[in-house]
Amino acid sequence: MAFGQDLVGAVTSQLLVGLSRAMILFVVSAGLSFVLGVLRVPNIAHGSLYMIGAFAAFTITALFGQALPGFWLALILAPLAVAVVGLILERALLSHLYQREHLMLILFTFGIMLILNDLVKIGWGAEYRSIVPPDNLTGSLTIGDLPLPRYNLFLLIVGPIVAVAMWLFVNRTRIGKISRAAAVDREMVGVLGINVSWVFAAAFVIGCFLAGLGGALIAPTTSITLGMDRTVIMDTFLIVTIGGLGNIWGALIGSLIFGLTQSLGLLLWPQFAVVFPYAAVVLVLLARPKGLLRSVW
Amino acid sequence: MALFIVVVLLLPIFAPSFYTYVFALVMVNGLLAMSLNLVLGYGGLYQFHHGVFYGIGAYAIALILTKSPVPWWLAFIAAPIIAALFGLVIGWICIRSTQLYFGMLQISLGSLVWIITSRWYDFTGGDNGINNIPMPSFLTSGKEIYYFILAVLAISIAVMYRVVKSPFGATLQAIRDNPQRCEAIGVNVRHHQLIAIVIASFFAGVAGVLYVGLERSVFPDMLFWVLSLEVFVMCLLGGWFTFAGPLVGAGIIVILRTFVSIYTEYWTMIEGIILILLIFFLPQGVVGFALGRVGRKAQAAEETVQVSERGAKV
Repeated sequence: MAFGQDLVGAVTSQLLVGLSRAMILFVVSAGLSFVLGVLRVPNIAHGSLYMIGAFAAFTITALFGQALPGFWLALILAPLAVAVVGLILERALLSHLYQREHLMLILFTFGIMLILNDLVKIGWGAEYRSIVPPDNLTGSLTIGDLPLPRYNLFLLIVGPIVAVAMWLFVNRTRIGKISRAAAVDREMVGVLGINVSWVFAAAFVIGCFLAGLGGALIAPTTSITLGMDRTVIMDTFLIVTIGGLGNIWGALIGSLIFGLTQSLGLLLWPQFAVVFPYAAVVLVLLARPKGLLRSVW
Repeated sequence: MALFIVVVLLLPIFAPSFYTYVFALVMVNGLLAMSLNLVLGYGGLYQFHHGVFYGIGAYAIALILTKSPVPWWLAFIAAPIIAALFGLVIGWICIRSTQLYFGMLQISLGSLVWIITSRWYDFTGGDNGINNIPMPSFLTSGKEIYYFILAVLAISIAVMYRVVKSPFGATLQAIRDNPQRCEAIGVNVRHHQLIAIVIASFFAGVAGVLYVGLERSVFPDMLFWVLSLEVFVMCLLGGWFTFAGPLVGAGIIVILRTFVSIYTEYWTMIEGIILILLIFFLPQGVVGFALGRVGRKAQAAEETVQVSERGAKV
């Protein structure tokens, strides 16, 4: 019996870890997917924007105190700061390149990633940083016999909020509907007399905001450091691909697959737990080469 | 041109060993970039994770030389073949998709190879990689390895040139320009693309072997996607519709990286700025631009038309 209970406890806590990891991945990959869908830009620099979000959250909590105002301010201000970076990038550079082929856009955003990487190095240095969440999000909540970390539970609330907000934005607001239309047929939207250029700018800024939000959300759970952009961009690109390019719900499903296979894989084979998500991606793409849900491409 | 060849041949004799090393590194990266260009420029395939075949070639020879009694000459032949076999398997899976999906499938398969290599400490050394790989006695000094790399590069270039100019190469370019039409006239598109991927991964494996000869160590970052995109940058910089372009691109990147890194730690920022300037102002690459300037543009265009026509007949 004791063994059975241990197993249930281990599975539950790994499920929670996997789900909360999936929520952060979802926030980041929803932004990536939205930009892919509306702008047709595979934004390699998305991971760098996520990293900037995490570093900005560190600076904001350092300025306003670890405790109450700091972390909550960081959750709002860090993504906004990243959104501003995104707006500058889009208006100054990216907006001139929409006619180019995907390969050029990938290389362009890779160039942006290289530059942002060194700018972060100049701004924050190469040391490891960390932040502590406010008191009411630290420690764990005991349900039954199981201690469940509060911060992970908090992430389980944030993820669905972002999903619903994105759904409301895309389906209920004017600019959301225009951006959805632009994803399907951008010439037609232009013909209707809508300034597509600003719709694209808005879509890109929203994508960047989500990258920054993901970075701010992950900040208390990990060490913030250079190089965190490189794995997250690979993971989120794979998530977006298995979900169906540009499909936000696909990004949600892909994130769940990615997060859960890794955390549950840890129970099966600890040394190779990180292999499971990539193996899952390969299996999904073998079965459905165009992703699980309908791609907007 | 003749002067350049003389300089390359005599470099290790009069130049300091550091320059010999840098130039050897240029040749290794040049071969890698040229092999990518076979599928990217000539095949039009989104080969996003070409670096993985380079890494597999390097790991294959490193593992054979450190863990098995196989003689060195067999290891030198076996490693590129192992890379080509991986190319066959990964390529066979990837050609079911096209364009961006092709590339993403390749990145996921490549990431699988990368993550297993970086975790399997008992076999691959994990994050530490493998160091102090023993080399045969005739490949110990910088001078010897330089000439070895030069000879292998020359043979590889000759073979790749034959491939590009062969009927197979012509068909490959025709598929790049119009896959539907080729399919319609009975060309087996996927078959040709798969063969191109296998050839390209073989030469990427050769580049990996040469890298091990030069550095005597391997590490998991050789299999990471960032390296693959850097090879893309070399192709773009040189010009990916030209045969020699990627070699020139690799030369510029490796030499700049070596000398810029002496003065500043912010090389990646400079690389990023170069890349963005290229995309805005020189998307055809250095060699493509130079060919255009000497008025061979018309000739090149004519050649492409001929090639497509020949391809259409095959």
